[in-house]
Amino acid sequence: MKKLSYALAAVAVAALTFSSQAAKAGTLEDVKARGVLNCIVNTGLPGFSYTDKSGRWKGFDADMCRSVAAAVLGDGEKVKYIPATGKTRFTLLNSKEGDVIFRNTTWTFVRDVDVKLNFIHTTYYDGQGFIIRKSKGVKHAKELDGATVCIQTGTTTELNLADYFRANKITYKPVPIESNEEARKNYLADRCDTYTTDASGLAATRATFDNSGDHLILPEIISKEPLGPVVRHGDDQWADIVRWTVYALIAGEEHGVTAANADAMASKKNPATARLLGSEGTLGTMIGLDKDWAKRAIKSQGNYAEIFERNLGTKTNIGLARGLNAHYKNGGLQYSPPFR
Amino acid sequence: MTLSKTEKPLTVTEDGGYLPGTHPDLPPPASVHGPVHWIQYNLFGSVTNTALTLLTIYFLYTVIPQLVDWIYLDAAFEGESRKDCRAVANGACWAFIGNRLSLFIYGFYPEAERWRVDLTFVLLILALVPVLYDGTPQRGKALIYSCLYPLIAAFFLVGGFGLERVPTDQFGGLMLNIIIGVTGIAFSLPIGILLALGRQSHLPIVRILCVSFIEFIRGVPLITLFFVAAVMLSYFVPPGTNFDLLVRILIMGTLFASGYMAEVIRGGLQAIPKGQYEAADAMGLKYWQSMRKVILPQALKISIPGIVNTFIGLYKDTTLVIVIGRLDILGIGNSSLADSKWQGLSTEVYVFVAIFFFISCFSMSRYSLWLEKKLHTGH
Repeated sequence: MKKLSYALAAVAVAALTFSSQAAKAGTLEDVKARGVLNCIVNTGLPGFSYTDKSGRWKGFDADMCRSVAAAVLGDGEKVKYIPATGKTRFTLLNSKEGDVIFRNTTWTFVRDVDVKLNFIHTTYYDGQGFIIRKSKGVKHAKELDGATVCIQTGTTTELNLADYFRANKITYKPVPIESNEEARKNYLADRCDTYTTDASGLAATRATFDNSGDHLILPEIISKEPLGPVVRHGDDQWADIVRWTVYALIAGEEHGVTAANADAMASKKNPATARLLGSEGTLGTMIGLDKDWAKRAIKSQGNYAEIFERNLGTKTNIGLARGLNAHYKNGGLQYSPPFR
Repeated sequence: MTLSKTEKPLTVTEDGGYLPGTHPDLPPPASVHGPVHWIQYNLFGSVTNTALTLLTIYFLYTVIPQLVDWIYLDAAFEGESRKDCRAVANGACWAFIGNRLSLFIYGFYPEAERWRVDLTFVLLILALVPVLYDGTPQRGKALIYSCLYPLIAAFFLVGGFGLERVPTDQFGGLMLNIIIGVTGIAFSLPIGILLALGRQSHLPIVRILCVSFIEFIRGVPLITLFFVAAVMLSYFVPPGTNFDLLVRILIMGTLFASGYMAEVIRGGLQAIPKGQYEAADAMGLKYWQSMRKVILPQALKISIPGIVNTFIGLYKDTTLVIVIGRLDILGIGNSSLADSKWQGLSTEVYVFVAIFFFISCFSMSRYSLWLEKKLHTGH
């Protein structure tokens, strides 16, 4: 038995040494060596991540994974998608199964500080709303006293709901559900008076109702839901790469660089655009990539506006206006620090 | 009136009557036999029965027409989006299932290589025949093939040696359920038998190891084991060793089913009278001989319902792989439903998945019934 315990101790020590070595190797080196970006996405959220007929991942979040892969690996298709539920996403990231989370994840204090995550940027400003049948005669969220509410468990929306009703001294009966699809079914079957989740999700869900005109999304937005990509604590270089790739997409919109004209724009003499696209300066090498990294990211999936309009915009079934997500010059919050 | 063929030659008297004791058996009168009697006896036998029957008929009358409407009469079978479906019909939109069928079956397996999955499946059926049916011609040789089948399947599915390699993270859909289910079923039975025997062993170390393993497995939910396999192991194995996630899942699923299997078989072992053990010893049989020739054949026969129960449970549990980021048939359904072209068709997906699981599980349970009848020698 003694021998056995020595052997076990040796294995444990070896495992610890190996894992501490693993912590030293940067994510960038890991991704380059692997040749594939492991990207954690939602198992299915309309507009953000879903599979099409041929099994290709599509959506706002899935496309941004491709942008990062294009910047780092030179090919937007070198992405391995890891679909994750709300409860497993952070564990998958922290156990290094994934390199980055693009999974409509709300940036909160506790997640940033206590779960040891690095939030990169808010790629989508969302907020929690309510949908209700017009026939119920409710016009404002404060009139929801005593209502049954369909609510997804394990999300920030659950906590926001409790806060809001407590602050307004009104009561509700929660109907806990797991997925958006389940909520939709329960709501349509009238098992709950109202369904609450991010307003983007409500709009996407309402678009699928047979009589979408009979349902009202209440004007109150009761929370801030800044959604964006997440990486592990402790690898600043990798965080910078993801952060500045997202900024490059936003700056692309600002400077009018699109997937179609990226090459032509690179040769123009506008200094800001030239620095962004790598025809001037050495920004790419500073970040550990080559000079064309940002151009590749934009060429792969388009700039921020293109990605938004293709997946969520008013011409899609989701039909969302830019709102807070408009570029800052158009009165929104999407703002990239300068590339210099 | 027809007489049965097995009747003795008739002995008829001159006036056309029968001699004493030679009258053939007549079928029972219609009042105690036949469909009318069956209905009277089983459906309207008492006041309660009559009420229940009428209630059931009314219930079926209200439900069935709507169900048939939804499933078939008012269903759409073609279209490229939910809108197309709704334009022609208000019932089920089977076009969605048709549109995504290959995704449901093969997951993300490369399209050009999907023949390999089909081939593996056909070979699986061929490998199952000698295992399940003892009348197979050349059964001995066929069983060797069955034992080699896991290697053959792994070769075709994963590739290498001339075939293009397909990483296991591209496995998905129904094939993933079948791979995990069949592997777990095939390996959990022998491991479970060994564990059950080990638990009854007179050797303390073997017994303690088996008991702690079984109790540990039974004390932990499968979803936790999957999660440990997916995320915890990477903390312990050295970086660079890419211990394939699917293999980890297969091992965990098999171990989980083995723990349960061991207890089912222990139940069977304990039901065998002590005299059987003593008789085997008295014959001078060694431990393994007595197990193989006397005890296990009886114990396993008693345990069949429990064994198949465990199989079916494991098979349905394969849908839990969603927690570790693999999309099985149900997961593919979820990710496809998020396509805004098709959003809102979850009922169709669940019905489809339910049909698939029902077919698989029902055939397992019918097979076990057949086997029980065949092995029933107790009379």
